[in-house]
Amino acid sequence: MSSMVELRGVHKSFGSLHVLRGVDLDVRQGQVLVIVGPSGSGKSTLLRTINHLEKVDRGSVRVDGDLLGYRQVGDRLHELPEREVLRQRTKIGFVFQAFNLFPHLTVRQNLMEAPLSAQRRPRTEVEPLAERLLARVGLADKADAYPRTLSGGQQQRVAIARALALEPKLLLFDEPTSALDPELVGEVLDVIKDLARGGTTMIVITHEIGFAREVADSVAFMDAGLIVELGPPAQLLDNPTHERTRAFLSKVL
Amino acid sequence: MTLPEVQSPVHQDAERPLEVVTARHPLRWLAAACVLVVLAMVASALVTNPAWEWDVVGQYLFAPSVVRSVLLTLELTVLGIGLGFALGTVLALMRLSANRLLSSVAWGYVWLFRSVPLILQLLFWYNLALLYPRLSVGVPFGPAFFDFGTMDLIGPLTAAVLGLALHQAAYAAEIVRGGLLSVDHGQREAAAALGLPPARRLFRIILPQAMRTIVPNAGNEIIGLVKGTSVVYIMALPELFYQVQVIYNRNGRVMALLLVAAIWYLILTTILSIVQHYVERFYGRGRA
Repeated sequence: MSSMVELRGVHKSFGSLHVLRGVDLDVRQGQVLVIVGPSGSGKSTLLRTINHLEKVDRGSVRVDGDLLGYRQVGDRLHELPEREVLRQRTKIGFVFQAFNLFPHLTVRQNLMEAPLSAQRRPRTEVEPLAERLLARVGLADKADAYPRTLSGGQQQRVAIARALALEPKLLLFDEPTSALDPELVGEVLDVIKDLARGGTTMIVITHEIGFAREVADSVAFMDAGLIVELGPPAQLLDNPTHERTRAFLSKVL
Repeated sequence: MTLPEVQSPVHQDAERPLEVVTARHPLRWLAAACVLVVLAMVASALVTNPAWEWDVVGQYLFAPSVVRSVLLTLELTVLGIGLGFALGTVLALMRLSANRLLSSVAWGYVWLFRSVPLILQLLFWYNLALLYPRLSVGVPFGPAFFDFGTMDLIGPLTAAVLGLALHQAAYAAEIVRGGLLSVDHGQREAAAALGLPPARRLFRIILPQAMRTIVPNAGNEIIGLVKGTSVVYIMALPELFYQVQVIYNRNGRVMALLLVAAIWYLILTTILSIVQHYVERFYGRGRA
């Protein structure tokens, strides 16, 4: 099967803080990868490099064959113009922990914004798409509501629908349920599970170990800027080989 | 261990609902009475004193020369605010630019034009011909393509608009910058992650949200400028304040004509306050 995401030797520092220390990662098409790890381990930074929200200092990130943010000429990388980076990003949906819906636009406008202005698709095509996606996340009746009038769980489902509106080849979730009240976590996880069963390639950072066990094809444990261990959920969650993985899991399980 | 029996007064008489008696505020009533008396005194002082010459006020309030001067005041305000905020927005974006030269120049502009009094700046533009008798457009230190006489190009009106707009731009730049910074960083990230083009991000996502912070401050500035236009009287431009001075110098009815000006400034600022209310409501949509 072909590789959807391919990271090679990715390094990233913020000032003197070395956040990513040479990460290699492959995610095949249709695969669901769950990343777990303590806070400050670089999970979020890693995810953000996979749609070029963070530029890498060293190494390469490829998504669906595109080298993100750069064009390779011989052994040199030339930074791409912003227009090209934006085009690459429309293949990748990103769901934030804090939803980041546009509060001054209705739910429908939130969903239609990117297909209309980033992909320049006609309104006649985008409008039914928005309706379809809202129905898919169970919010067909909220199209004309403003985000602030919705519950956290509903807002995150809108955010997922908004990411899907680009019809991306890859979905990235950065702790999608961490900002939610406990009783709202389930409805969001159900939507993500549904997408996973539908064959969408996705990378999910989460602390929901039960979710990882149920949905993930593989689970990666990250610590101190490196992927320490990666394997099928049964093996990594129940039978970790590394001491650090064991220590982390004993705290969250 | 047994707990003592607690008799709740609420449960004593279940069939009869309890009546709520609101607290009395005698001091509040006293204060209100005092204010009423003061208001009556002010009204009486305004109405009964013939020196206010209300008939003269009525006579001049809608005099053609006064109405024309009100229109000029409005024109100066609109041009000053319009050009000022257009330039101010550009300066704010320059200030936030990653390019050090752009941000330094914007900082320098704000520093300079906030530091020089408006009245001094107006006189400076008005007298620009003393410094540069001719203005030309061309290559710096090189040949010129166009060439104008400064006196022909910058009359009193142009000098006034230039002065007001450049002064206003310095304040507008800070207001717009503050507004842009007030928008949650996540909004920028979400817009970038969705691949929205830069101009679309600014005009569709960031600025409309920044407007919630910008509008109240801009309202202050606009109302300030309506009155601030009165300083251009030093250039003998017949705006409202200059015009009433011309009239009272001729007929000696100083207080009545100052009152005419005051009433017009009140009308203009009242209209602007109402407009501001609706603009704020528009940009506050989607917020509880």
